[in-house]
Amino acid sequence: MSKLKGIAASNGVAIAKAYTLEAPELSFETKKVGDVAKETERLQDALDVSKQELEKIKENARVSLGDEHAEIFSAHLLVLSDPEMITPIKDKIKNENINAEAALDEVANMFINMFESMDNAYMRERAADIKDVTKRVMAHLLKVSFPDPALIDEEVIIIAEDLTPSDTAQLNKQFVKGFTTNIGGRTSHSAIMARSLEIPAVVGTKTVTDDVKDGDIIIVDGIDGEVVINPTDDVIETYRKKQDDFAKQKEVWAQLKDEPTVSKDGTHVELVANIGTPNDVEGIINNGGEGVGLYRTEFLYMGNSDFPSEDDQFDAYKSVLEQMGDKPVVVRTLDIGGDKELSYLDLPKEMNPFLGFRAVRLCLERDDIFRTQLRALLRASTYGNLKIMFPMIATLDEFRQAKALLLEEKANLKGEGIEVSDDIEIGIMVEIPSTAVIARQFAKEVDFFSIGTNDLIQYTMAADRMNERVSYLYQPYHPAILNLVNNVIEAAHAEGKWAGMCGEMAGDSIAIPILLGLGLDEFSMSATSILPARTQIKDLSKEELASYKDKLLAMSTADEVEAFIREKTNQ
Amino acid sequence: MAAEKTVTITDSTGVHARPATVLVNKAGSFASEVTVEYNGKSVNLKSIMGVMSLGIPKDAEIKLVAEGSDEQEAIDGIYGVIKQEGLGE
Repeated sequence: MSKLKGIAASNGVAIAKAYTLEAPELSFETKKVGDVAKETERLQDALDVSKQELEKIKENARVSLGDEHAEIFSAHLLVLSDPEMITPIKDKIKNENINAEAALDEVANMFINMFESMDNAYMRERAADIKDVTKRVMAHLLKVSFPDPALIDEEVIIIAEDLTPSDTAQLNKQFVKGFTTNIGGRTSHSAIMARSLEIPAVVGTKTVTDDVKDGDIIIVDGIDGEVVINPTDDVIETYRKKQDDFAKQKEVWAQLKDEPTVSKDGTHVELVANIGTPNDVEGIINNGGEGVGLYRTEFLYMGNSDFPSEDDQFDAYKSVLEQMGDKPVVVRTLDIGGDKELSYLDLPKEMNPFLGFRAVRLCLERDDIFRTQLRALLRASTYGNLKIMFPMIATLDEFRQAKALLLEEKANLKGEGIEVSDDIEIGIMVEIPSTAVIARQFAKEVDFFSIGTNDLIQYTMAADRMNERVSYLYQPYHPAILNLVNNVIEAAHAEGKWAGMCGEMAGDSIAIPILLGLGLDEFSMSATSILPARTQIKDLSKEELASYKDKLLAMSTADEVEAFIREKTNQ
Repeated sequence: MAAEKTVTITDSTGVHARPATVLVNKAGSFASEVTVEYNGKSVNLKSIMGVMSLGIPKDAEIKLVAEGSDEQEAIDGIYGVIKQEGLGE
């Protein structure tokens, strides 16, 4: 038995067999073969089995993700029956008397090189498709197992270096009980997905893929951030109890599901959720969320071969608005570019993607893309309580330009006889320090602020949140951050506007008392954090916390802030 | 005698993965040999990688050529799919 420490990314406890998603070892030797017919048959068998698997994966993807996502597997299937690919492989076996592995490798590499050298990002990505498909066939030739998350049919815990969005999308919640990865933090994509799927996860263990073998029994403790490998029966027993306790704790939380969020001394705040797709709304409703505080619209654009049409976007926005009824839905307009790439949008590589051409900067230049989204949002506005916010606003001028485009499209739609709501609030994400500093000036023109802490912290501290060596600088309780947050809240209130926060900080048990004291109106978090947060706020006195404000803002270090709050709130 | 047809691509993103998949599947349903020519290069229309390697953009003029027992049906069928998919005319 051994133990690993990581970052608790999604709470709960899972106990199951390990399933490693690591790429299999696919090395081979080039050999001369005597029986050419037999070698060709071996190739054909590997191709046939691969096709059958892909058919199954495609069907699974169609059911769980929709036709659009399943299409990619149709292209994979065509590669396996492509005469320009298969004929040369068979010719090589026949004419050069080499084994199927070597023939496959040579021909596939020729195509991969060809696609990789094209000056179009979309075509370069096709090289990845061919690699993917070739690996599967190669694994069958070599008789090594090829990991396929979509084909899992027993209870497992996924072990991986990291999980990509498409890996996570293939996970079936019925069988995948939890996961643990080498890299990542609480705000990495895999962690956010785990919370929205409500499965326990521990990320950033550094070595779990080395320490765990396929089939080992492991425990993922997403509450304390621990992974136990091949536990003894006693230890399993202890964790089963922890699992039960957590289930009971959840029942206690669930009692507050239909209650408003009110502090001990009667202040109401709104607890809302961050979502990525219309499917996530179910989680908000199950967890008693009071609205959507951040709808990340990027997911509509990612994993597609082309921009989503106005109608496709309209359908998604309408679905979220209708499901939420009269509760507020804050939609963030497209935040793409920088580190978030789209295969069909060819942008040059940047030295500092987080400081580069992204989000509203890109939308203002490519207003064709932006206008399509704005029109879809405006058309959907009559189906619920829509609020629109622009990301990465650094200057008032950017906000004015974005708002002008919105109003222009609104007038256009009305001119076309299409109904648009007149009560849409227009706000901004505050994630750039310059904007937080002159929030006073912004507050005169915007309807609301939503503080995006993940980026605000990295920009204020000048520390890339993806870089583990500077991760110690990611300090949500740093007095500089608290002063900026306070400045934004005060500016909003001075103009009679509201201030919210979307970002991991809003659901953090140390930050919640601080933010309540500073007067934050809306807390947007992962749906599963809502009930614990409501439970915590019920026992906090806003008046008492507000009385610590000046003291907290004058503190020198994040540790000082944390120690003070822990003491005052018994944590 | 081969059957031929020249088509102009009108889809704003050209012949990308999804329509390429549809075209290749359609071409594969005929016995004739079917090729597509663009920019001086000719590839097998039954090959997904061949078609994608052409990187056919919007406004491109492509020539479909079929040769075999069902060559006219092949050209008509493939052209039908191109129109149906809004890919070109």
